[in-house]
Amino acid sequence: MFKKILIANRGEIAIRIMRACKELGAKTVAVYSDADKNSMHAQLADEAIHIGDSSPKQSYLNADVLIQAALASQADAIHPGYGFLSENASFAGTVDSAHLTFIGPSADSIRAMGDKAESKIRMKKAGVPTVPGFEGLESESDFKKAAEEIGYPVLVKAAAGGGGKGMRVVNQPEELHEAIESARGEASNAFGDDRLLVEKYIPNAHHIEFQVFGDQHGHLVHLFERECSTQRRYQKIIEETPSPLLTPELRKQMGEAAVNAARAVNYYNAGTIEFIFDPSLSTPALSGDEGFYFLEMNTRLQVEHPITELTTGLDLVQWQIRVAAGERFPYSQEQLTQRGHAIECRVYAEDPANGFFPSTGKLLQYIEPRGPGIRVDSGFRAGDEVSHFYDPLLAKLIVFGESRETAIQKMQAALREFVAHGVTTNIDFMQDVLSHEDFTSGKVSTKWVENKFNWKPSTPTFESLIAASLADLTIVNRPSSIVNEHDPFSPWKNPNGFRN
Amino acid sequence: METLSSSINASSSDFKQNSEHHRALANELKQRLAKVREGGGEKYRKRQEEQGKLFVRERIERLLDPNSPFLEFSALAATDLYDNEGKASASSGRTSASASDGESVAPGAGIVTGIGRVSNREVLIVANDATVKGGSYLPMTVKKHLRAQQIAEENHLPCLYLVDSGGAFLPLQDEVFPDVNHFGRIFYNQARMSAKRIPQIAAVMGSCTAGGAYVPAMSDEAIIVKGTGTIFLGGPPLVKAATGEDVSAEDLGGADVHTRLSGVADHFADDDDHAIELLRGIVETLPKKVESGKSSLYFPLSTPEEPLYPAEEIYGILPATFRETYDVHEIIARLVDGSKFREFKARYGTTLICGFARIHGYPVGIIANNGVLFSESALKATHFIELCDQREVPLVFLQNITGFMVGREAEVGGIAKDGAKMVHAVATTRVPKLTVVIGGSFGAGNYAMSGRAYGSRFLWMWPNARISVMGGEQAANVLLTIKQDQLAREGKPAMTVDEANEFKRPILEKYEYEGNPYYSTARLWDDGVIDPVDTRQVLGLALSVVLNSPVEEQGFGVFRM
Repeated sequence: MFKKILIANRGEIAIRIMRACKELGAKTVAVYSDADKNSMHAQLADEAIHIGDSSPKQSYLNADVLIQAALASQADAIHPGYGFLSENASFAGTVDSAHLTFIGPSADSIRAMGDKAESKIRMKKAGVPTVPGFEGLESESDFKKAAEEIGYPVLVKAAAGGGGKGMRVVNQPEELHEAIESARGEASNAFGDDRLLVEKYIPNAHHIEFQVFGDQHGHLVHLFERECSTQRRYQKIIEETPSPLLTPELRKQMGEAAVNAARAVNYYNAGTIEFIFDPSLSTPALSGDEGFYFLEMNTRLQVEHPITELTTGLDLVQWQIRVAAGERFPYSQEQLTQRGHAIECRVYAEDPANGFFPSTGKLLQYIEPRGPGIRVDSGFRAGDEVSHFYDPLLAKLIVFGESRETAIQKMQAALREFVAHGVTTNIDFMQDVLSHEDFTSGKVSTKWVENKFNWKPSTPTFESLIAASLADLTIVNRPSSIVNEHDPFSPWKNPNGFRN
Repeated sequence: METLSSSINASSSDFKQNSEHHRALANELKQRLAKVREGGGEKYRKRQEEQGKLFVRERIERLLDPNSPFLEFSALAATDLYDNEGKASASSGRTSASASDGESVAPGAGIVTGIGRVSNREVLIVANDATVKGGSYLPMTVKKHLRAQQIAEENHLPCLYLVDSGGAFLPLQDEVFPDVNHFGRIFYNQARMSAKRIPQIAAVMGSCTAGGAYVPAMSDEAIIVKGTGTIFLGGPPLVKAATGEDVSAEDLGGADVHTRLSGVADHFADDDDHAIELLRGIVETLPKKVESGKSSLYFPLSTPEEPLYPAEEIYGILPATFRETYDVHEIIARLVDGSKFREFKARYGTTLICGFARIHGYPVGIIANNGVLFSESALKATHFIELCDQREVPLVFLQNITGFMVGREAEVGGIAKDGAKMVHAVATTRVPKLTVVIGGSFGAGNYAMSGRAYGSRFLWMWPNARISVMGGEQAANVLLTIKQDQLAREGKPAMTVDEANEFKRPILEKYEYEGNPYYSTARLWDDGVIDPVDTRQVLGLALSVVLNSPVEEQGFGVFRM
């Protein structure tokens, strides 16, 4: 087992990982940028190393500095979390060559799944269903031909992409030219790679993903699905498991496909196979079409991993670390079961009434809900600053109930208890999603928020305005302290002018 | 952890008398310190001011982070040691019962040393006081400079030298130049520390002549002040004599010459303030030494808590003489966080108290005398030191010891070998040791309780402390017994009580004079005399300092069983 682990991330996920490290008896090293110098993740670690200024490029994306920090602190492994460098094959490779352990899959697996076009070809070869489509297209006429063959509407998207960047829906041939131009521009900006592919667009598609998990001895299983169709701007906000749409047969079929997909790239550690799911084809035998298509693989821990943890009873992060240290994953597919129902709501500092634009500022009051079946993974406290430098995720609110109904009720109650003043949040927005008929009946597709929901904020109640202004008056600013990571209480910091 | 409860009676007449006595001692200390802080006196300070130079204490104040602590070392060094010619003062041999009066012709030995916070970083400062014999190096100046460097090296502290010195004090050249721990050792230390990545930074704020020129030259980075700072191996008079060349000090080795032509210094400063600003800038950008003791502590730090009882009560707890006893738990209760103390082997070897506590959040193992040392107490201490060593917990010795038990029973019981075990453990433990002499420090008890020779990272004395090979009373009685035996052998009548007292008087006076803490601190047998009420603060600062260097790998030797 590792003695000391550097967590190359920040915020809620860094804290989540540190907890697992501490449970396993490993010391933790946090890294932090200027903007994060008073942040919770830096304070909770056994030691914290400053790695640069606030922009991610100068800090959390700076591979060299991170590896230096790991070597300097004599860490023996690096956990990348999600985002930042977690799916960067060359980072994983550099970690290896520095004789450190990368807690995640091999650099080769990351590389193989990182290129969307290449991964799709591999998946086809491995017999994993993929969305009908074409890649390696050059000229516009090639695109046109391909689109016609697939049949409109089609999707043009970046070969290297993810997260909705460089992605365009094309309903008719006239729109194709502009879609290619703008997708290409966005792809090149976001990924430094302007190759595009074109594929069938599935309206009302659901996003259902399968957690896979493997050890370095060739044992690979899936840990069931997560239904992640409630999205805004191509990003998930509410996830749940099990999916209300899957039958046991489909679950088995999709799970096997997921394991095959992962096996095709010799995958180990935690990973996620994302599928596009067509609810209109959910009786697949009739059409000869499976009704689910490999979308991409996330070669890392997912934001929404806690719902899988609650329903399977496994601690995924602990297992990531143990497997990276060479342990065997002891459970066979048959031993793994789903129990109950779990939902995660991502509480963001953002304004749903204004294009989900990030909201920054000081958290004047911040109280997380508690209670049976409620888990909150967060990296903020009252008085903390939500900066514009990073993803404005305040907390992940996760609930567990015996059934989908009880879980939804629990989530609604917990969201009501969640207090966050000082920034605008999506709490009210998510409340309204949860109580919508489409959500309760499991009909929310990935485009539902944009195309159908049409949410308007209700006017704030008098009480909530009073509460906000009281919080403003009563929260005492914490004095900013000198950062001395190893020695927070040193008497040298007392401004008492002592002389002997 | 158990909370110590205090059983003192603050309204008793004993308490009040004690309190009066020890407050008077503390006041005497304050007066002596205030005097030393004047440096060489008004006249010389004025002369410095006219040259556009800041007084050494002002330089340090401006260098430190605002309102931050400064832990000064041996401020009273060289008290009474030298006369006006700089020769060893006749008074150093006197045997008057009164302790020295604190007059000094070389206040603080003409050098200020200590640890302070500069740009949020603990650093060691060595600053010459040019108002004292032109900042030249008397034997005690050298000893104080070397001790400061030793502290820097042991605790991984960057060294800042504020240089303003005429070099070695020539009338005493035989006592400062040639030997191992003489002037040359300063530069040896600079080179060795630089090699260990302990930064060496000099600011030349006055003259820096001959050997002294090596202080900036041996530094990693050096600053020099325009107009006042000069560096040369031979000054203008020497040059004139040697080569006939007529050259001004500024042209020979001023700031312009050294930063533009010779490269002996790196940064040009307009005045003292500018030099200080440059110095702070350099410290700000020094990389943090990664391998810090603080990053690899076995124990978590905790939020500091004030003790439950006020430190001022220590004045009333300490008896006015060593003849009366008191319970050292009362002192511990006024030093440690929340007065919480987890005592080890509380029922065994009760003349020595061992236990775990925290001071300013740092865990410590405390070893405190509560009477004479018996075999059991020595064995208990040895066990406890092994515990602290294994757990990498720093040790704090509260020394108040008359010595080991004597007598046939003790010798047959093997007290010598049990005492040796304790001395052995003290000498070889890997963890940092801090010693405070809170009372007597006599005989082998001094060794067992980590006296100066046992490598404590820091050692301080309280104003009531006494240190000598044995207590004055014991020494006088030993000598009296020998004398009486001699008289008996010669068939002469034994001394009368009056004669005996007359015989003992000079011995008692000698021990009182030489055992006095000001006699000790003048000779640098300690790192300073501290006010008992400052002890917790001083220990906290020191614990932060000692944890900068990692605990080294080394084991214990052979314990005689």
